Amino acid sequence: MLSVKENSPVEFSPELLTKFGEIVKRYPEGKQKSALLPLLHEVQAVFGWLSPDAMDKVAYFLNIKPIEVYEVATFYTMYFLEKKGKYNLEVCRTGPCCLVGAEKIMHHIEQTLGVREGEVTPDGLFSWRGVECLAACGYGPVLQIGPEYTFYENLTEQSVDSLIETLKNKA
Amino acid sequence: MGRTLLLTHINVPGIQGFEVYRQTGGYRSVEKALKTMSPDDVVEEVKKSGLRGRGGAGFPTGMKWSFLAKPEGVARYLVCNADESEPGTFKDRYLMTHIPHALIEGMIVSSFALGAKTSYIYVRGEMMPQIRILEKAIAEAKNAGFLGDNILGTGYSLEIYVQPGGGAYICGEETALLESLEGKRGNPRIKPPFPAVAGLYGCPTVVNNVESIAATVPIINDGGEEYAKIGIERSTGTKLISAGGNVKRPGVYEIELGVPVEEFIYSDEYCGGIANGKKLKAVVAGGSSVPILPANLILKTASGAPRLMTYESLADGGFQTGTMMGSGGFIAFDEDQCVVRNTWNFTRFYRHESCGQCSPCREGTGWMEKILYKIEHGLGTQSDIDLLWDVQKNIEGNTICPLGDAAAWPVAAAIRHFRDEFEWHIQNPSESQTRNFGLAHYADPLVQTVD
Repeated sequence: MLSVKENSPVEFSPELLTKFGEIVKRYPEGKQKSALLPLLHEVQAVFGWLSPDAMDKVAYFLNIKPIEVYEVATFYTMYFLEKKGKYNLEVCRTGPCCLVGAEKIMHHIEQTLGVREGEVTPDGLFSWRGVECLAACGYGPVLQIGPEYTFYENLTEQSVDSLIETLKNKA
Repeated sequence: MGRTLLLTHINVPGIQGFEVYRQTGGYRSVEKALKTMSPDDVVEEVKKSGLRGRGGAGFPTGMKWSFLAKPEGVARYLVCNADESEPGTFKDRYLMTHIPHALIEGMIVSSFALGAKTSYIYVRGEMMPQIRILEKAIAEAKNAGFLGDNILGTGYSLEIYVQPGGGAYICGEETALLESLEGKRGNPRIKPPFPAVAGLYGCPTVVNNVESIAATVPIINDGGEEYAKIGIERSTGTKLISAGGNVKRPGVYEIELGVPVEEFIYSDEYCGGIANGKKLKAVVAGGSSVPILPANLILKTASGAPRLMTYESLADGGFQTGTMMGSGGFIAFDEDQCVVRNTWNFTRFYRHESCGQCSPCREGTGWMEKILYKIEHGLGTQSDIDLLWDVQKNIEGNTICPLGDAAAWPVAAAIRHFRDEFEWHIQNPSESQTRNFGLAHYADPLVQTVD
């Protein structure tokens, strides 16, 4: 029986729970654990990261043990176990992108934002990190921003500057 | 112009949507297969076509399909591997972005052939925009009666779902992908049993790459024999090549298998040569896992014959002087690139992506990364090169899945063909921090070996 954990400090909205229910329907009876990865993406899209309470609540919904959720959340690189900036810039740092200047772009982002990889700017707006190959090698250097994973291709220092400016004004 | 089968209509405005796709002849293969052929007929055509898996291993698709167990009353699954994450490869992203219906059409035909009632497309989680595109395409196909219950009144029913991954290279390995689809960590399974016998939820399952599935559409439309007429020998049909690195025109190209490598790099129809007027130094021809070759050996085989874009020609000479077609991730390095730095970069990738199950891979990739870091940063010693060779040798073949081999091969090939570049780094620790080794190998016909 799929249900919602009571007395949890985390609230899942009715819309989110409807989405959960639709996702679970994709799998055969009794195989609802298959919904775990998509559900965690949905939760992260709402909260920005996966808190232990949120993970426990997902476990309860899927009728699996919390450890089964932690196992998955710690294995895959897309799940954040701590808060990130509102805009988390993820720059591809693998070989093909480095052949066309990804390292320079990462250095530039570090200088511009004034925070090291993994850190969040004091205003909470930005963080950045290098990630492994994003399968966009012909358009490098590239970066992506979740939760919709918008792609920015053929980056230059100038295009990174204007992207950061745009995001600042949007926030 | 070479013949194209998959990307023929790529530039037609609106081809992403169902209507235009249908107007260009889309979904004919579904009508033909479901109304005039038996599932076994479809498998037979794919066998005749000689199509080889486009994900990297190059295993004949029809043969893979024929291994599928069919016990009574047990569900069978088709799972599409859209976890594209082999560095250098971005063809599946391109196909799914621009012609999503080509994949959906192929999924329907392939699912019918295998007797699957539910199929999944496992897309890497970072491709969220492509996931939305595919979900829309599925809804459109369903709306037009090509998916769902009783497709085209034939009695065949099928549902296709898109599953996002979580960001892990290892999930491109088919059993890790299945684990992930079951909501677990992507740890590859010990084989046997193979997925054809016990795959998703323990049921018989076929896992195929995006491009392989899309290729079944022209195979069914024109017949397997027609498809097999394209290409050379056992490399039949067309192949999507992702061209990246320092070429003038990076992008995805559909080639007839058999195009000479030299033509692919220098012709304006394809890469248009090396960017910024530089010279070609080396090529990784099939994604980061395959052996890197210096320019002279990628353009011509060791026996002096022109090297062709086929499974056989790229592999000519074995690992001593050849490489592999792999996933078709074609990465060109210009004269300014440093082989040591790139090898260090790739090794860091494999260390990061190792799932950690097997000690040789978990520990070995970390050791290789550290040794390569030392050499690249002017801290290496002569014995480090031999140590590096020793470590990669001890990973290769000693792991559950091919990630271990994939991590070992690039290191072995870099030492095999560019050993003097490694030595130069060690002998010139400070100079190597300010300039690159350059092109010494470019004109050197001799092949260095250390084993």
